[in-house]
Amino acid sequence: MSTRLQSKGRLVDTTQPMEFRFNGKRLKGYAGDTLASALLANDQMLMGRSFKYHRPRGAVASGAEEPNALVNLGQGGKFEPNQRATTTELFEGLYATSQNHWPTLEFDVGAVNAALARFLPAGFYYKMFIHPRPFWKYVYEPFIRQSAGLGKAPKERDADTYEHFYFYADVMVIGGGIAGLTAALEAGRAGARVLLVEQTAHWGGRAVVDGAEIGGKPAEDWVAETVAELAAMDNVTIRARTMGAGVYDHGFILAYERLTDHNPETSGPRHRLWRVRAKQTISATGAIERPLSFAGNDIPGVMLAGAVRDYLVNWGVSIGDRTVVVTNNDDAYRTAIALHRAGLRVPAILDARASGGGALADEARAAGIRVEAGRAIAKVKGGKRVEAVEVCLQAGEGAVLETIPCDAVAMSGGWSPVVHLWSHCGGKLLWDTELAMFRPDPARAPTGSDGLGFVAAAGTANGHLGTSAVLADAQSAGRAAAKATGAKPKTGKAPQSNDADEAPIEPVWLMPQGAGDALRMKAWLDYQNDVKVSDVQLAAREGYESVEHAKRYTTLGMATDQGKLSNINGLAVLSGALDQAIPVTGTTTFRPPYTPISMGAIGGSARDGLFQPIRKTPIYGYHVDQNADFEPVGHWRRPYTYPRSAETVHDAVNREVVNTRANIGLLDASTLGKLIVKGPDAGRFLDMMYTNMMSNLAIGKCRYGLMCSENGFLSDDGVVARIDEDTWLCHTTTGGADRIHAWMEDWLQCEWWDWKVYVANVTEQYAQVAVVGPKARKLLEKLGGMDVSKETLPFMQWADGTLGGFPVRVYRISFSGELSYEIAVPASLGRAFWDRLVADGEEFGLMPYGTECLHILRAEKGFIMIGDETDGTVIPQDLGLNWAISKKKDDYLGKRAQEREHMVDPKRWKLVGLETLDGSVIPDGAYAVAAGKNANGQRNTEGRVTSTYYSATLKRGIAMGLILNGPDRMGDVVEFPKVDGTSVKAKIVDQVFYDKAGEKQDV
Amino acid sequence: MLTLTCPCCGVSGEETEFHAGGEAHLKRYGPGSSDNDFEGYLFMRENPKGVHFERWRHVYGCGKWFLAARCTATLEVFGTYPAQTTEPPQDIKDKITAKRPGWSWRDFA
Repeated sequence: MSTRLQSKGRLVDTTQPMEFRFNGKRLKGYAGDTLASALLANDQMLMGRSFKYHRPRGAVASGAEEPNALVNLGQGGKFEPNQRATTTELFEGLYATSQNHWPTLEFDVGAVNAALARFLPAGFYYKMFIHPRPFWKYVYEPFIRQSAGLGKAPKERDADTYEHFYFYADVMVIGGGIAGLTAALEAGRAGARVLLVEQTAHWGGRAVVDGAEIGGKPAEDWVAETVAELAAMDNVTIRARTMGAGVYDHGFILAYERLTDHNPETSGPRHRLWRVRAKQTISATGAIERPLSFAGNDIPGVMLAGAVRDYLVNWGVSIGDRTVVVTNNDDAYRTAIALHRAGLRVPAILDARASGGGALADEARAAGIRVEAGRAIAKVKGGKRVEAVEVCLQAGEGAVLETIPCDAVAMSGGWSPVVHLWSHCGGKLLWDTELAMFRPDPARAPTGSDGLGFVAAAGTANGHLGTSAVLADAQSAGRAAAKATGAKPKTGKAPQSNDADEAPIEPVWLMPQGAGDALRMKAWLDYQNDVKVSDVQLAAREGYESVEHAKRYTTLGMATDQGKLSNINGLAVLSGALDQAIPVTGTTTFRPPYTPISMGAIGGSARDGLFQPIRKTPIYGYHVDQNADFEPVGHWRRPYTYPRSAETVHDAVNREVVNTRANIGLLDASTLGKLIVKGPDAGRFLDMMYTNMMSNLAIGKCRYGLMCSENGFLSDDGVVARIDEDTWLCHTTTGGADRIHAWMEDWLQCEWWDWKVYVANVTEQYAQVAVVGPKARKLLEKLGGMDVSKETLPFMQWADGTLGGFPVRVYRISFSGELSYEIAVPASLGRAFWDRLVADGEEFGLMPYGTECLHILRAEKGFIMIGDETDGTVIPQDLGLNWAISKKKDDYLGKRAQEREHMVDPKRWKLVGLETLDGSVIPDGAYAVAAGKNANGQRNTEGRVTSTYYSATLKRGIAMGLILNGPDRMGDVVEFPKVDGTSVKAKIVDQVFYDKAGEKQDV
Repeated sequence: MLTLTCPCCGVSGEETEFHAGGEAHLKRYGPGSSDNDFEGYLFMRENPKGVHFERWRHVYGCGKWFLAARCTATLEVFGTYPAQTTEPPQDIKDKITAKRPGWSWRDFA
C-alpha cells in the first residue's frame, strides 16, 4: 500500500487540506501536493492504462518525464486531456479522470491485447494492414481510428484566456536548481539583465531533496538565501512555474508560464507564453533518471529511485512498506538510506555491478541494509501491484536465486543530462563512456547570427553529477555568459559541498544481460507506447538500423513524453542489436517544446476580435446599421447584399441587380486600391508595369490596364487616371492594393533604382462611392456643384469639383455597363457623403448594392474578375484581352514570357460566354467534358466555368468559361457534369450578355 | 527565427518584421533573350548548403528592400547591404572569405 507518512514531507502544508476527485471518488490531499503524490497518499497506485496493450500503469516518475500518469483534467470549458499527474499541483475541487480504458480503470477489456502481445510486435500495423486493399477503408481504418489516441479532445470552447509576453535578456537561465541559481547569481552580480525560469513551483531541484550541504549549510538554506538575493536585484527577473520550452535561431527562446493552473479560481490569463530574445542562454536543466530494462518493470509500484525519494522527502508519501532497490550506480543508495531513515523496510539493494558501490554502499550496510552486488531482477511478480521480485545474477540468463516479497521497486539505470534545450538549435552531443551518458559538446554549441555559440549547459545538464562540481561549473558558465554580453563578472571561488566518494556507474541496458525471449518481451522501454526490448531488437533484425527509422517503426519515444525515459535505453538496445557503439547509433532529434504546451498559450490573445484585424471602410457603420450580409474580402468586410426584412439573400441580390439597371445603385467601392505614381519617369515606369501604354494617356482621361507577372500570367487589373504631367493614379483590385504597391516598390528599388518615380498607397485616404444606373446623373445634378453632363465629363474621363458641397474627384468609369460615376471624397467625409446620396437619391429609387450584385452586373457585361477568370495560369490573351496589350512597346513585365511556346499554343483554353439550354445555373467550378478518357480512366475535359450566376436582368443562368477553341465554336453545345450525376448543357456564345454595343455606359 | 539588420534604416529586427524575397543578384532577361537565358532568369536558382545571397524587404519597417549574405547551414549572417547593386560589396566578400575560405557563389568568390 502506498500511504502518507506521519512526517508529511517538506512541500506539504498540513494546515491546508484539500478535497479532490479521481474517477468520481472523493479523495483528500494537502496544499503542496501534486496530483500524483495525493493519489499515492490515497493508495491510488493505478493511474492509467498503456496505449497498445492497456496494461495497468502507475506513476513511474515524479516530474515532467512521467509517461504513465496521464489524466483528463477538469470539465466542460476547462477540460484538458493528457495532463501529467506528476506536474499537476493539487487544488481544492480538482477533478480528474483516467484515460484509455473501457469500461473502467480497474477492469479493462482492451487488456486482452496484452494476451495477444506475441502477435502484435513492432511494425504490426504496417505488416498486417496492407492486404487485402479494400479492407483498408472499411475494416482496418475504422478499427485503428477507434483504438488510436490517448485522451479525448475537448468538446467545449476553452473558458480560459492566454497571453504572450515579450522579453529581452542578456542572459537567460533555464532551470532553478542549484546550477541555475548559481549561474543566474553570477550573471546578475556582473550586472547583466538576467531572466531565470524554473518549471516547477519550487527552487533548488534535487539538491534540496538529497540534503546536500552547500558552503557549510543545508542546501535548503543556501537556496532560500540565493533566491532572496536574486529577487532583490533590479536586473534579474525570476519566474517559477515557467518552463523553458524551446531554443530557436539567433537566441529566440520560448518559455511557458503556468499562472493559474495551481489555483484556477484566480483571475487573469491561465498561461503566458514568454517570447524571449536572449544574447546568451544557460541550460541548467538537470538530468533525468533512466529506468532499468527487466521483465515487469512497468507494474505499478516499480518506480525510478529518485522519484521514490521525491515522494518520500517532498510529500511524505511511501510507495510501500517494503521497497527493493535495484541499481547500477551509487545514487539509488540514497533512496535506500532515506527509506530506512523514515522507518521503512528495504529488504535488499540489488547492485548490478559485480564490484558494488562506494561510500554510500558502506553507509547502507552500516545501517543494516542487505546489499547484494552482481545481482539483478529477473522478473517482477504482480499484476496491478508489485508483489515480489525474483532475484538473479546480472551476468546470467535469469535463473531465479531467490524471491523477495515486496510492495515497491526503486530502480536506477543512471542519469541522463537533459540536453533538449542544448540540442534544439543544433548543439551537438558527446558520448561519455565513463559516465554512460550523452553530454553537450562545448566545442559544438548552437551558433547565432554572429557564428558564435549562444547556449551553454551548466551543472548536471552539462554532465556533472557531484554537487561541488555542479556549483563550480555553473559559476563559470554564469560568468562566461555575462562576459559574452559585455558585463564584468566578479571573481571568487564557488561554494563547496560534502560529496561522497562514488564508485563508477556500469551501464546496464538489459537485466539480466543474458535475458531470454520471454523476459525481453516483458522488459519495457517506452511505457506509454508499449515498446519493449524485443521490439527494438526485432526492428534491428528487419533492417531498421537508423535510429530515426527504428523510432518510427517501433514508435519508441513517440509518445507524449517524447522518449524522456526511453530514448537512451532504446538506442543502447539498438546499438547492442547492431553490434555497434552507442555514439555510432546516435540519438533521435530533440525538438521543441520540451514538454507539451497548451494550444491556448500558442494562440495567446489572438482569438475572436483580436484574431485578425478587420479593415472597415469609412462607410462601414451604414452597412452595419442596414444589417448587411457581410463577406470577407482580404482583411476587409464588404456587404455581400442588403436584405430587407423578410427577404432572402438571393432575393435581395436580384432586387439590387434589377434596381441598379432600372434606377440607381450605390456601391461602397472604398476598398479598391489607389496608388499614386509620380515622377519624371512615372510614365515610362507604368509602361513596364502594364501590358498597355500608359505614358500616352492624356491628362484628364482614364484607361483600363492589365498587369502581369514576369511569368506572363495576369495578376491584377484596374483603371488608371492621368492626373497631371508627371502623376498617374492607378486603381487596383481590392485584394491587390498592398501586393501591387509592394510589386512596384520591388521594381523601383531593385531593378530600375535610377528611375525617378515615387509610389504612394492612398487606398485608405479616400472613400469611393460608385453611383450607378440610368438615373445617376439626375442625382448628381440634384446635388449640384459641377457639370456632370456627357459633354463636359464624358465616359472614361475624370474631373475634380464639388457635389452638394463635398470636395470630390469624379471618374466616369463603369464596371456594370450602366451610366456610372465613381466618386472619391476624403475618407473623413465618406460617411456624410454616402448618407447625402442615400437621402437625395430616394426620389430616384436609389438602393445600395453589395458585392454579389457587383459580380452579376459585371458578368452580364462579360467583364473579367481577377481571381475568377484568372488563377495564376491564365494570360491576357486567353481572355480575349489582346486589345489591352500594346504592340508598340518593346518591353513590359510578362512580355517575354508570353512569347514562350506554351503561351502561344492555339490549344490554350479561351474565354467565351455560356448560355445554358434549360436556363439553369451551371455549378461553380464545373468542367466541360470531351469524348474519351485519359490515362487515369477519367473523362477528358475541354474547358471549365470561371464565373456563373443567375442573371436577374435576363432571368436565366449565364456563365463565362475557358473552352478549347472556344471563340471559334460559337453556337456549339458543351456538357458540364454535376455532382449529382446529371449534367447541364450550355451553348457557347459571346461573353457580353447585356448591351453588347456598350451604349448604356456611354451616355 | 532569424534576426537581421536593415542597412537602410539601421534597425535590427526579428524575421517577422521582414519578408524574404528569394535569390539576390538576378539579371533580368526580357524580350529578345534566348529561351535558355530567360529560363535561367525566371526559374533556375542556387540551393547551396553554405554561403547564400538573398533579397529581403523591411516590410514592417522602412519598407526598403535590401540584400543579405548568410550561411544556410548555420544561419550565420555575414552582412546586409542595400539592394542597389549588381554584386556584393567588397567588405562583405572579405568577411565571408575570413569565415568561409574558398567560398564561391555563382560568379562571385
